[in-house]
Parts: sequence; C-alpha cells; structure tokens
Amino acid sequence: MAIKIALAGNPNCGKTTMFNELTGSSQYVGNWPGVTVEKKEGKLKGHRDVIIMDLPGIYSLSPYTLEEVVTRNYLLNDRPDVIINLVDASNIERNLYLTTQLVEIGIPVVIALNMIDIVRKNGDKINLEKLSKELGCEVYETSALKGSGLKEVTDKAIALAKSKAKTIPQHTFDNVVENGLAQIEVAVDSIISNKEQSRWYAIKIFERDEKVLEQLTIDSSIKQKVEEIIVACEADMDDDSESIITNERYIYIGKIIKKCLNKKQVGMTTSDKIDRIVTNRWLALPIFVVVMFIVYFVSVSWLGTIVTDWTNDTLFGAWIQPAVGDFLANVGAAEWLQSLVVDGIIGGVGAVLGFVPQMMILFFFLSILEDCGYMARVAFIMDRIFRKFGLSGKSFIPMLIASGCGVPGVMASRTIEQDKDRKMTIMTTTFIPCGAKLPIIALIAGAMFAEKSWWVAPSAYFLGIAMVLFSGIVLKKTRLFLGDPAPFVMELPQYHVPGAKGVLIHMWERGKAFIIKAGTIIFVACGVIWFLSSFGWNLQMAEEGDSILASIGNVIAPIFAPLGFGNWKAAVATVTGLVAKENVVGTFGVLFGISEAAEDDPALLAQVASMFTVISAYAFMAFNLLCAPCFAAIGAIKREMGGWKWTLIAVGYQTVLAYAVALIIFQLGGLVTGAVSFGPGTIAALLVLGFMLWMLFRPYKPVKKEKVLSAGGQVNV
Amino acid sequence: MRTLKTINCGETVTVVKLSGEGAIKRRIMDMGITKGTSIYVRKVAPLGDPVEVTVRGYELSLRKADAEMILVD
Repeated sequence: MAIKIALAGNPNCGKTTMFNELTGSSQYVGNWPGVTVEKKEGKLKGHRDVIIMDLPGIYSLSPYTLEEVVTRNYLLNDRPDVIINLVDASNIERNLYLTTQLVEIGIPVVIALNMIDIVRKNGDKINLEKLSKELGCEVYETSALKGSGLKEVTDKAIALAKSKAKTIPQHTFDNVVENGLAQIEVAVDSIISNKEQSRWYAIKIFERDEKVLEQLTIDSSIKQKVEEIIVACEADMDDDSESIITNERYIYIGKIIKKCLNKKQVGMTTSDKIDRIVTNRWLALPIFVVVMFIVYFVSVSWLGTIVTDWTNDTLFGAWIQPAVGDFLANVGAAEWLQSLVVDGIIGGVGAVLGFVPQMMILFFFLSILEDCGYMARVAFIMDRIFRKFGLSGKSFIPMLIASGCGVPGVMASRTIEQDKDRKMTIMTTTFIPCGAKLPIIALIAGAMFAEKSWWVAPSAYFLGIAMVLFSGIVLKKTRLFLGDPAPFVMELPQYHVPGAKGVLIHMWERGKAFIIKAGTIIFVACGVIWFLSSFGWNLQMAEEGDSILASIGNVIAPIFAPLGFGNWKAAVATVTGLVAKENVVGTFGVLFGISEAAEDDPALLAQVASMFTVISAYAFMAFNLLCAPCFAAIGAIKREMGGWKWTLIAVGYQTVLAYAVALIIFQLGGLVTGAVSFGPGTIAALLVLGFMLWMLFRPYKPVKKEKVLSAGGQVNV
Repeated sequence: MRTLKTINCGETVTVVKLSGEGAIKRRIMDMGITKGTSIYVRKVAPLGDPVEVTVRGYELSLRKADAEMILVD
C-alpha cells in the first residue's frame, strides 16, 4: 500500500521548490476533477511507494476560493496518510493560521519550517521544542532552496503514516466557544461517520460554512438547535461566528509567537530597502517601464532576433533542410514525398521552431520576475488602472505572459481569485499580441510598410491593449459580468534572489509546452495544408491554383471581402492561423512555394506585398491578431473557463470583435486614404462603429440599483 | 471612528472592528487583520490606490474601498 503525503502551505512559502526537490523528474501535472485548479503529484525520490501530492497554495480553509475548497475536499475525502505543512519561518505568524486549521482535520501533521536560512540571517531565533509542543506536531527546520532538512521531514512523515499516530490539536477556543462546539458535536454526532473529523465539522458548522452545510444533510430540528447554540455564542462574544473563530485562532497564534519567537529588532531588511525604491511613488512607474522595456528589448528585439535568425537561416536553412533533401533524393523517395517533407513539414514547422529560442528567453525573464517577487508589485502598481476595466491588478500578469504566449497567459489567470475578473481576463488576454503573432506583424510590416515599419509593431500592441480596455468596459456592463468588483487583498512577498534551478525548470516547462504544440498540432496542420494545397480533388498532385485548398479558400474568401482580403490565399492563411497563429506565415510560405519561409524572407515579402494594399494588409493583420486564438490557446481557455459554454462565448466574442475592427479599419481607413470608395461596406462599418461607441459610453447600471428602485416603488404603492 | 482608508502613511493603528460580511470580510481576516491587530500603513501605490500595510510582520496590499471596512483607532 503506497503512502500518500500531502504538501500543504501558503502561497510564496517555497512549496513548488520543495516539491521539485522531493520528486525530481517524476511529476505528473493534471487538474483536480471538475475544476480548473492544477493538481501535481510525484513519487518521492528513492521511495517508489511514497506519493507526494502538491496541494494548491492557500491561506486558509475557508469555503470562498476554488483552491481552498479543492484542498479541503481532498483532505477530507481522499484522506492522505500524512500532511507536511510548509511554514515560511520568516513569516511565521500568518503561516501558522493555516496550521491551526490543518491539525483539526484528524490527519497527522509534520511541520517543515521552511526558509529557515532567512530567519537565521536576520538573527531571529525560533524555539523548535516549544513550538512543537504548542502545536502538537513535530517541527523540522528546512530550506527547500538549499535542499537541507528535507530528508528528516519526509522520514518523519513516513514514520507517522506507518504508525498511524494522530495529531491532536492543542488549541482550545474561548470557553464559551468550546462549550458551543461541544454541544454541536453532540447534536450532529449521528451524521458524522468519521469521528476523527468531528471537531473539524463542528467548527465548520459553527462558522455556518455553506459548503459543509450543503454536504451534510442535517435535520431541520437539529439545524434549529445548532443555530440557537451559535446565536447564543455570538451574543456572548458580540461578533459573528466566523469572525469569532478567526479571531481566536490569531489570538492563539499570538501567544505561541510570544513563547517561541525571539525576534532580533533590526531596521529595514534588504527586501524593505528594495521595495522602498521599486514601489516608490515617483520611481515605480519609470522602473516598471524600464523593466518591461529590458524584457522586450532583449527577448524580442536584440538577442531574440539573433537566435531566431540563426535557427531559421543556419540550423534549418543551411543544415537540416539540405541534409534532409539530399537524404530523400539519395534513397530515391518519390517526388511528392520529398515535397511533403522538405516544403510542407520542414517548411511549416521550421518557421515555427525558429521561435523557440526567442520564447525561451522571454520565459526566462518572466520566470525571474515571478520568482523574485516583482510580479506581485506589478499587480500592486497596476491595480488602479485595471480595476476600471473590470479587471484586477493581477490581470496584468496573465496579459504580460500572454505577450509571450497566450497559452500560459490564459493559465496564469488562475492567480485571480474572483470568478468574474478571471473570466474577463481569460476573454481579453489573447488580444495582446503573443510571440507567435510576431511573425504576422513582422511579415506585414516588412511587406507593406518597409520604409516606416517601426510603428507597425507598437501599433499592434496598442490595438491589442485598446481592445482589452474596450472589452473590459463593454463586457462589464453586459449581463454576463454585472456585479461587484473583486476584493484585492494580496500579499506582497519578500524579494529574494530567484534560484537558478527553479527559473530553469519554469522556463523549460513553458518552452516545452510550446515545442510540443509545434511538434504536434502544427506538424499535423502543416501536413494537412501541404496535402490540401498540393492535391486536387482527383487526388493527383496539382498546381496550387487548382488545389483542394484553393477551392475551400475560394468558398470562404467572400466572407473576408468586406475586410479587404477576399482572396483565397489570405482566407486560407487566416483559417490555418486558427490552428496556430505562426501558421499564417508558414502557410503563405507553402502557398507561394517558398520552402522554409521565415517572416523576413525577401521572396515571401514580395509575394505578400503583391497581394494586399496597405490598408487591407493592416486589416488582415488586425483580424489575425484579435480573432479566436490558436487551438492550443482555445484549449487553455476551455480548461480555465471550466466548460464549453464560456469557451464559446469567449472565442465567439473575440472573432466578432476582430471582424468588426478589421471592417472599420479597411472601410473607413480606406475611405480616408481614398483606397476604398463609399458604398454599402462604408455604411456597415459606420453602423458597427456607432454600435461600439454606444456600448462604450452607455451608462452603467449595476443590478443592485435596480433592486433599490423596485423596493422604492413598493413603498410608494 | 476612523477607517483604515483615512489613515496616513507612516501611522500605526489598531483594529477595532470589521464591518461588512461574507467572502471579503473573511478574506481580510484570514490574512491576519483581526480585532486588536496593529497595522502600519506603509505606502500608497503610485496611482493612489491600493495601499500597502504591514500586518503580523508581512506586507499586504488592499484597496481603499476594502480598507474602508476596517475600523481602527
């Protein structure tokens, strides 16, 4: 029988680092059933029969966030053999709050007092013996970053699991509360099957925890009796039951801290000093801009371009492609096979894989920003702006990451607690041009705006941001998002130097996701497109103009005619862009018969330039940037939205908005520059623009006010 | 009675009571802002909101709208 160890703790307590240290490479990442919270498990190094379950980082076991509910349900229903509770020793007071709740569940608990090196460095002292006695469970000092103390903790956890010893909560509430809890325990005794959990349930019932009350079927007579007990306690303590419990827990922790922690009074820590500058009233925004600029300059403009060029021109262009071509010719492969492999597959996938080094550099920076604690400050600095648009300051993080890749960007929306804010973020985050959309921008900029192309890329970002803000304001007023803005109560963790290992693992995990996507979806898509564009309906090899793809393109092209790109190649490229955005460039390459086409290939640029006008090219770019993202991102949206309904709402909204914006750009922009004459398209564009402006400026009526109004009406009657 | 919202940077105050209810109140309390806790108002974000406070030895940021729920002395 395998032993199950659950790893529980606050966010920012080093849990991910410890999990990586304990399990090495034997990790399995999935989702908790039915919800969108990530589930990680792995085998303990050197113990094949010990499973480590990494629980979500949480502050409490309240019923209000998904992560907390998932953790509770797991601990109560799946009953791991033992809990390792990570406690950030440098922030022990708040961390122990979760501990007081974990010890009540009836599962043995071992405490790993993590980040002990920071405490020592500060000159503080924690009395382990006393702490252990006060909490009723063993306490070990650890440093996950340095790998120290981990063996002692896991050995103890395994021993506890084998001995089936119990952790008995040492904490007692105020006498009045204890009295009430005892009465509740007796009253509901027949309902609780597992007696080890009866104290936990009694406390939750006392708190009137909705989730627990839903789950337990309590008789109305018992319910009434319990309610009387709670009301009596509340009257006695002059507070609501939930607050009484929370208060009492912190009072108890305060007592422990007094006994066990010997804090050396020092002035400001290094972290304080950094924070004083980084979030300074006047310096914060300039520093923010500089940080973002450095990230983008290095990963997109300078180093990113160098490595991408090398991958495209040298690795694929000079080495792989000729080698594969020669090999296929030498073994006497059929001409169509050579064409499939060299032009179709290597041509398409090569352009995409050229992005991997660039993406890795971007992810490297983002990992550092996250690990060192700056990301939380970003949310702190940006909250004021984002809140106006129905988003949280934390929405900045997904959007920043989405500028690298929409898939992790959408997944990063998990850090937003409030459901509406999260959904809004997911719906709008892919408007920010991701790394894979950069080749589209580069292609259009290079082909159409060669002389003045410096403004094209910034304008694409500006367009993306404008659409995020527009959507925030407009969607906030719709029925889907009516309601109060989310609370923003966020910890600002201490700054620390990120561990190289953690950053590299992080970077690799994100990069790997992209490579897998390139290696699977895009690989297949390129093969399919090569087939469709190389074969006619008679399944014989044909010229592109007679291919299956051409006829498909011809059928759907009229849809895009009002947007200025109603020719089949542009239509096909747009459709393959739905499979993966990078494919737009790859597809043009394949369709124009240019193998291994990078976005700056002169032949490709010339071909693309002949296909568009300046205005229609920009409309094409705008549509492709804003419309439904690639399938991988749609998959991520579905995962985070938790179902198809919201996924379809999100993708549908994005595509309709993209169409509207491209229509306005082409029709009205064309009218102004004289490229398009006045016609039905102009009228349609004006109507759409008018509708969008009305949506933007119409007054915002929250639901609450309507309720007040109707109540007032009744008074008048 | 003053609320946390009205407190200037650099002041230290003690929590008297929390108004409001439900998820937001529980969240604020879970993060350690309970009756009798001392709160040091550290700074205001560059754009004027949210505020950063030190509570129970760590840094917490919260919006002024939520800080209004916290009655202090």
